[in-house]
Amino acid sequence: MTQPVVLDRGTKQPARPRLGTGSGRPAWSLLILVIAILVATPVLAVVVDGLTQADATNLPRGIGAMVLTTLVLMIGVGVGTLVIGCGLAWLVTAYRFPLRDILVWLLVLPLAMPAYILGFVFLSTFDVAGPVQTGLRSVFGAEVWFPEVRSLPGAIVVMSLTLYPYVYLLTRAALAEQAPETYDAARTLGAGRSRAFRRVLLPLARPSLAAGLALVMMETLTDFATVQYFNVQTVSVGVYLVWKGTFNFHSATQLSVLVLMFAVAVLAGERLMRGRARYHQKGGRGQGLQQERLTGWRGWGATSLCVAALGAGFVVPVAQLLIWAIGDAISDPAGVWDPRFADYLANSLVVALIAAAACVMLSLLMGHGLRMGGGRFVRAAAQLTTFGYAVPGAVVGIGVLLAFASLDSALRAIGVEGGTGLLVTGSVLGILYAYVVRFLAPAYQAVDASFSKVSPTMTLSAMSLGAKPIRILRRVHLPLVRPGVAVALVLVMIDAVKELPIVLMLRPIGFTTVSVWVYQLANENFWQRAALPALVIVAVAVVPVFFLFRQVQLVDTHRTVD
Amino acid sequence: MDVMTGAAAAASGGLAGSPGEPIPALVLEGVSKSYGGVVAADSLRLEAALGELLTLIGPSGCGKSTTLRLVAGLERPDEGTIRIAGEVVSGHRQWQPPERRRVGLVFQDHALFPHLSVGNNVAFGLDKHSRADRTARVGEVLDMVRLSHLAARFPHELSGGEQQRVALARALAPKPAVVLLDEPFSGLDENLRAQVRADTVAVLRETGTTAMLVTHDQTEALSVGDRVVVMRNGVIEQADTPQQVFESPATRFVASFMGDADFLPAHVRDALLTCEIGVVSTVPGWGHCDVDVDVVLRPHEVAIAVDPSSPARVVAVEYHGAFVLHTVMLGSGQTLRSWQPHSVRHPIDTRVAVTVVPGITPTLLVGDEAVTSPPPPRP
Repeated sequence: MTQPVVLDRGTKQPARPRLGTGSGRPAWSLLILVIAILVATPVLAVVVDGLTQADATNLPRGIGAMVLTTLVLMIGVGVGTLVIGCGLAWLVTAYRFPLRDILVWLLVLPLAMPAYILGFVFLSTFDVAGPVQTGLRSVFGAEVWFPEVRSLPGAIVVMSLTLYPYVYLLTRAALAEQAPETYDAARTLGAGRSRAFRRVLLPLARPSLAAGLALVMMETLTDFATVQYFNVQTVSVGVYLVWKGTFNFHSATQLSVLVLMFAVAVLAGERLMRGRARYHQKGGRGQGLQQERLTGWRGWGATSLCVAALGAGFVVPVAQLLIWAIGDAISDPAGVWDPRFADYLANSLVVALIAAAACVMLSLLMGHGLRMGGGRFVRAAAQLTTFGYAVPGAVVGIGVLLAFASLDSALRAIGVEGGTGLLVTGSVLGILYAYVVRFLAPAYQAVDASFSKVSPTMTLSAMSLGAKPIRILRRVHLPLVRPGVAVALVLVMIDAVKELPIVLMLRPIGFTTVSVWVYQLANENFWQRAALPALVIVAVAVVPVFFLFRQVQLVDTHRTVD
Repeated sequence: MDVMTGAAAAASGGLAGSPGEPIPALVLEGVSKSYGGVVAADSLRLEAALGELLTLIGPSGCGKSTTLRLVAGLERPDEGTIRIAGEVVSGHRQWQPPERRRVGLVFQDHALFPHLSVGNNVAFGLDKHSRADRTARVGEVLDMVRLSHLAARFPHELSGGEQQRVALARALAPKPAVVLLDEPFSGLDENLRAQVRADTVAVLRETGTTAMLVTHDQTEALSVGDRVVVMRNGVIEQADTPQQVFESPATRFVASFMGDADFLPAHVRDALLTCEIGVVSTVPGWGHCDVDVDVVLRPHEVAIAVDPSSPARVVAVEYHGAFVLHTVMLGSGQTLRSWQPHSVRHPIDTRVAVTVVPGITPTLLVGDEAVTSPPPPRP
């Protein structure tokens, strides 16, 4: 997840002087092109392979149902997050009620709860054998009706609960950034509070809503484990299952192309919803939306709505995990410190660290390379590298396998016995490559955001003082973009620790990470055993949410200062 | 004799190059640059002598910044040659990147490296010197801008004026052949600007530095530059001394851009220049002529006196403190402006006689070009 970066969406960079066309350094431009090609290769390989296999017979049976399921899931989660996220944003923006000042930022916490972890806690609680149904049966008898939990609606509920903060954050940011005069004008024209919200504030927030929804849908499309717990077959899962079931590239790539079409549709949808609207209003003086104090039962009602979302999305599942972890520790003290756990944790961290370092280095080189000149084409190439983030892990996985396979056959063709051997065994190198493809986007965006704060005149001054590109990178750019580098490292590491399908597809035999371990334990209903590693992942995922806290508080003080 | 336009005279007069003369610090020969279809620089010809201070002025988008960037090596020209201290830095199949040109840059935002102290900022361009040389040179240039006591500070701890001086010191430290200043004073407070400008010019003069200063402030261009280069639409309209630019503008544009100017249709016959307000002046050497021209009249050249019988009347009065600007509408509907001392204030609708202050030789325009010699006699 790219939380801090997300908030930069839509903020237009000011026009700034830059190096002109034709003055670029060919070597640096070439480097950017090479990086772009490197990152684009797996996805392109998938598309080419998928489209050149003309016969439709390669698509798995039940493909229609799969597409329909994916569609319903994405729309369902979209609507769910829209209702929860937008509703909560309006509540905390327009009203004052007990605990509001704490809840306003706590409401972001569910972002730290990966859906696949909330998913198994939810299942364990509400499934046939869980405490809720057991309790109901003990009261109303064995025939008591309960909705099927392992179902599409179940998945929609769980994913909405973990993903709503995207919509919440962006809506709040949009409401706070709107010029107060706009709201004042609506009020002086006779609109009441809620009419002004519906007719003025909300439409003005539309681009942000679109961005938030696009993120939500992208995460939904990418999800791999949650949907499987709930027996929901989406196209992304299909790619993995088809590959693991048949090891047939062609059916996997055809399905992957379908997944990519979903991703493109989401991006196009965002553009469409954003429309030509460019609602960029700057500051301005005025009253703006004043918070109304809710008292008595209405106040506590508002509080409990927020608490319910927070509880369901974060507090209760974390408590449940803690209870399991502690219970497990008490019942089997020796078993808790499974020696494998340290091993898996080390695997996760090392791979994540290398991937993060690689992503940050490439981002730095690209940001610096653009500063050294380069025209529109090179700029577009740099932008291209960020598309990988919209591609689900399973598809990237297939793409990397495909790229390695081509490399193997190419090597064999020129006489290298057995090629690279990467394909047969799976490899950590493959995992790292896939990580770079998928996570270069958040790293690049973070580093680029820092670069955009460095005035181009700084670069030009350094040049005119006789500094060569490498010296400029070392002595000027690197020290100045350090904040972006830190953010990028953290973001990629967290994403990498949580990533699942890529590891499952590409790992060598015997190589397991914490996320894979949680997934496997949960899949086999070893809830207690899964609790501790799950908590580790949640703890790691909380880190970026702290970045967000600061953001939320900034927005909040900006708004509530009288 | 041909009509010799002022612009052509200014452009062709600038190019010297006979052996024995000192090598000019900066030479642009036929330099052109366009972006897409937009011409930002159109066959620029310009030369800066050693130690000369040029100011570059024009409306936004006129190509003055492009010219600066071309010289600095931040843009590659489509054609033409640029020489710095005699060395071709940009020309046919020749190209020196910015770091290899001996060009110093000073930007409006100063662009000081925020993570380096003042001393290290200044030392940045001296990395090829020995440590001792570097320290000595840093001390030297900081002395020059009177900031030696702040060497250990960081840029954010300095005032805007001090930052500007550090930027200048940093640019001067590697002893560049030419220093380019891109609107260096426009980021400063009004009351600080004059002082910083005077200090900067003093340092440039003291060190004998050749400099090109881009500005959008006419007063600044006129008061600072040895020569003023006026640009429009990528073309150098005039490159001349401040007096020449102001008193003998080469084109209608230069006349109106560099100071206030009104234009009146006029006629020259028998070496006499006449227009709606009467005989303006004699035009020696134009004895055989009988041509229509436009005459350029600046407000300080226009005198007014109350005269109830005059067809001209005051239509607007603006108080500027020391002077009062009167706008007068002539009988034909043409307007002229006139500066009057602050004690003179004619009410609106006052009838006034309009004359030209004695001793003025006004600029004459044929079309949009100034004419300095009489046109050939009509066949």
